[in-house]
Amino acid sequence: MTLRIRSRLAREGFTLDVDCTLPMEGVTALFGRSGCGKTTLLRIIAGLERVAGAEVRFGDEVWQRDAAFVPLHRRRIGLVFQEPSLLPHMSVRGNMLYGYRRTPEAERRLHLPEVADMLGIAELLDRPVDRLSGGQRQRVSLGRALLTSPKLLLLDEPLSALDTQTKREIMPFLSRLADEAGVPMVMITHSPAEVERLADRVAFMREGRIERIESLREAMARPDSPLFDDEGAASVLEGEVAELAEDGLFAFGPPEARLWLGATSSVAVGVTTRVRVLARDVSLALDDPARVSMQNHLLVRIERTDTLRSGHALVSCRLADGQLLLAELTVRSVTRLCLQPGQSVFALIKSVALVD
Amino acid sequence: MFELSPQDWQAIELTLRLCLYTTAILLVIATPLAWWLASGRSALRTAIQAVVALPLVLPPTVLGFYLLIMLGPQGAIGGALERMGLTHLAFSFWGILFASVISSMPFAVQPLQQAFNNLGRRPLEVASALGAGLVDRFFTVVLPLTRGGFVVAATLIFAHTLGEFGVILMIGGSIPGETKVLSVLIYDHTEAMNHAAAHRLSAILLVFSFVVLFVVYSINRRFGVVQP
Repeated sequence: MTLRIRSRLAREGFTLDVDCTLPMEGVTALFGRSGCGKTTLLRIIAGLERVAGAEVRFGDEVWQRDAAFVPLHRRRIGLVFQEPSLLPHMSVRGNMLYGYRRTPEAERRLHLPEVADMLGIAELLDRPVDRLSGGQRQRVSLGRALLTSPKLLLLDEPLSALDTQTKREIMPFLSRLADEAGVPMVMITHSPAEVERLADRVAFMREGRIERIESLREAMARPDSPLFDDEGAASVLEGEVAELAEDGLFAFGPPEARLWLGATSSVAVGVTTRVRVLARDVSLALDDPARVSMQNHLLVRIERTDTLRSGHALVSCRLADGQLLLAELTVRSVTRLCLQPGQSVFALIKSVALVD
Repeated sequence: MFELSPQDWQAIELTLRLCLYTTAILLVIATPLAWWLASGRSALRTAIQAVVALPLVLPPTVLGFYLLIMLGPQGAIGGALERMGLTHLAFSFWGILFASVISSMPFAVQPLQQAFNNLGRRPLEVASALGAGLVDRFFTVVLPLTRGGFVVAATLIFAHTLGEFGVILMIGGSIPGETKVLSVLIYDHTEAMNHAAAHRLSAILLVFSFVVLFVVYSINRRFGVVQP
């Protein structure tokens, strides 16, 4: 299943020229700076923007080609905007059921009770929408979109209007949704953290074009990845929460590549999650230092060394479980320790954060 | 003092009928027009908006004069009706109805356009994504969210039609039961030096108009709809 988009659009001071095919499974992040055309592209996919000559095809359904144009209300797309955009004259329930009632019975895969539970809004159903917090509103708006049992979910920076705290509150729901709802998602974002937490693949957009589409793994393995522009290089490790210790730390990942993390709100044993390690928080040592404050020491194998624009060296290391860990060192250290591809060293990790 | 003659009652009934018909017809016509005007910017839209607003600035005699010509037996509309075997519209109820629809048009279009502008595109995009088609969206989203605009429009049309005088006199004359509405009857009473009768009807109109405007402004406050 793929989404095929071909569209050329020239407006004052802005051109969009896209010709791409996106695999329709999991979460695809549309990543780029403000004004690069992400929202316009999303609106073309949704059919909110009707660009002459554009072609939009979802699987074998033609949504737009030549004179053929399927209006949005027949595309079965779930749409979530930056602002929750709830219908103010209806209660939470009214909003949630608006699309559900308009979905043919045979096509309804998700129902109100389960969606309300999944998003934690079961208690809010009878409230007027102006009595909800920002995070609650955005969850209602997500639930409302899900209840149409959409074939595709389009999210336009669903988190960027929320404060950090609320973001943390929504993020787990979004990632659950990506895992559980089984609906392909295209999500606009300009936040590397959101990509790292949620995305399976990234489409990098710049000045109206899609520069490349790669899996998250590929995107994270490239030293010049645009995901590293703001905070520097980082690695994302995926794994299960293995155990919770009494002192509040929890263990993450398989025994051969185990990390200990400070617990945050929503961790439960057995949950698969992602953690993010900034490359500059990783040091390399030739032997395992016993007497050092850093808790997380992992045996890794050096795969390659690149020189960053900053003049530092980025060392790509393979963990015992096959995942990639990046370490940012000075070139002098690399020379001093004679770090070579193929060599086994210890990675000392200063801090690990759950991606949220 | 408020004993009304049969002639007065006839005028009142005729006036109310004219007001109701005008309001109903205008709401149907003005809604799509205002929607179209609110949904974008183009030279054509600006031109149409100016045309719609013309009755606000033209002397009623000018509007009435052109309408008389158009609706009369030799006019584009009147002539066409004659050729179809019908009668022309000058000096008839249907003629003054046509005229008052035209002359109250701005009072219908402007509050609706304002309400639609305030509504913005987002609620409709949301409704589309949730599977609602055009008509569905209108009744379940547009109408409930702009009902203040509709109430204001309806009230203003009604009130303005009630106060219509010049245009009706030009195109309808003063035929009892056909075109002699309240405002014209008051004129006739005054011309005939029947000041007591003119007084009664004027007082009724005065109070009624005040109540209508009071209602409109209260709604404006509640819904934040800007009046024309």
